[in-house]
Amino acid sequence: MSGSGAPRKIAARIGKFLVLAFFTVLLAFPFFWMLVASFKQNLDLYTVENNPFKFNLPPTLDHIRFLFGHTRFVRWLGNTAFVGGIVVLITLLVAVPAAYALARLTGRWGQRLGIAIFLTYLIPPTLLFIPLSRVVALLGLQDSLFSLVVVYPSMTIPFSIWLLMGFFKSIPKELEDAAMVDGLTRFGAFLRMVVPISLSGILTVVIFSFTLVTQEFVYALTFISPEANQMVGVGVPIFLVRGDVYYWGALMAACLVASLPIGFIYNLFLDRFIAGFTVGSVK
Amino acid sequence: MALSASRRRQGGAASGTALGIAMFAPAVLYIVLLIGVPFVLAVLYAFSDARIGASGFRLVGLENFRSILQSPSFHKALKNSIVFTLCAQVIVIVCSNILSIALEKPFRGRGLVRFLILLPWVAPVSLGTIGWKWILDSIYSVITWVLVALHVYKPYNAPMWLGEPHLAMASVILVHCWRLIPFSTVIMLAGRSAISKEIPEAAAIDGAGFWRTTFQINLPMMTPILSVAVLFGIIFTFTDMTVVYILTAGGPFDSTQTLPSLAFATGIAGSDLAAGAAISLFLVPVLVLVAYFMLRIAHRAEVV
Repeated sequence: MSGSGAPRKIAARIGKFLVLAFFTVLLAFPFFWMLVASFKQNLDLYTVENNPFKFNLPPTLDHIRFLFGHTRFVRWLGNTAFVGGIVVLITLLVAVPAAYALARLTGRWGQRLGIAIFLTYLIPPTLLFIPLSRVVALLGLQDSLFSLVVVYPSMTIPFSIWLLMGFFKSIPKELEDAAMVDGLTRFGAFLRMVVPISLSGILTVVIFSFTLVTQEFVYALTFISPEANQMVGVGVPIFLVRGDVYYWGALMAACLVASLPIGFIYNLFLDRFIAGFTVGSVK
Repeated sequence: MALSASRRRQGGAASGTALGIAMFAPAVLYIVLLIGVPFVLAVLYAFSDARIGASGFRLVGLENFRSILQSPSFHKALKNSIVFTLCAQVIVIVCSNILSIALEKPFRGRGLVRFLILLPWVAPVSLGTIGWKWILDSIYSVITWVLVALHVYKPYNAPMWLGEPHLAMASVILVHCWRLIPFSTVIMLAGRSAISKEIPEAAAIDGAGFWRTTFQINLPMMTPILSVAVLFGIIFTFTDMTVVYILTAGGPFDSTQTLPSLAFATGIAGSDLAAGAAISLFLVPVLVLVAYFMLRIAHRAEVV
């Protein structure tokens, strides 16, 4: 019994290792490849016979220097952080109270409205960008970052409400009842008791909203044309390409520099995020 | 004493409703103004002759739909959207299930592995796609180099990954899968950690074998979380235009065009708002149907 158990265990471990190795390499390879291209000389990059897995010429910082010195890349990063920050703020201000109201105060209608709001999240940007381009023009926000500040919360709010609603429902009602017996109003109990306990749910929403802003492409591409006002996700693929010329070294460096910090922050909050998501969807 | 307490509670409930409405109203306003109104406008445009540059528009009935349904580009886009979505979902669900089993228990270096695995999802889609565009480059592709080194192809004779219809389609599906596997894996991990470990153990004690445990206990318990993963996956793939726009711009010869990318090419790049809106309206029935089925599955699992 124990004799056949050990080899089987070892086989399972090897199998697991192979699965993890395969997927890690497949999923992370494009980023590894960005890293390699970022430091290769052009002559090395653009010689077909060269082994692409090694540096045939000494590494160079030329692409990084070009990216930070001769393009609007830093400006685009700033634009993205600016829009992301305001969108997160608007999302929290609107979604947190709304989710609490749905979870607690509106009774039977709460559940139905929650589902209705969730359904609005399923309406994609690719359905609304055409009429919204007109609305943005009417508001005089064309080519301005504020067009995105106004429009992005329409993507983040429904999902955030859906997520937070499940989160608030898991908090026992007795907690607020006790606080209200102690003299707090319903809103006071919400602010002082419910919000602090729900911090991991709220953080989940913050990170989700910010990631959504950095990921969004369609609205940013449609509403904004001047090079200086681009978000990083549109600026890099569209404006780092001159005509048909791809500056692959600088492009890859830009992708890597913009992706890694977001990935890192995200990973820090991953466990809270998973907890939030489970509560929001499985109960 | 008891009377005043119950009266106070009633007063509290009434003001609670008013408070609830006040807390909920901004969200409703936002959704009505920035999703409801544009959606109505999209429908209105689809039946009109609206163009970029022209200030007004008039209704033209089914004219846009008639011309769309006759266009071969539209037929290709519709077919591609469905093919891309179905292929990607099947691959993503299988892969992320396997990956989530391998990732479930703690091991040394799990944090780093998870970070690397999650990168495709947390990185901006457009930037990751540009990375793939370099990997799949017509001349300097690393895949081509490896295949030439392995003597699968002669130098300068390898296929152009993004330049031939079927390879370009496969490339688009590959990038969609690459982006969605991390997301789906995270959801499955959450589902697995939420599943009670006691029920499968009890079943094992009662004599249920591996297959029975998997199909009659684990899988039904995973259904809500699986449907969440599939629901989001379908929506991310079916309504996405970023991957196609950057990777192939719908080419070669419309072979990778999807409904969203065709709507953009027609409505914004081509200035024909009306036709673009009409094309994107074809996303709606599919989305409604998918949402309906998934919510029903989730609801049934909740009741049982």
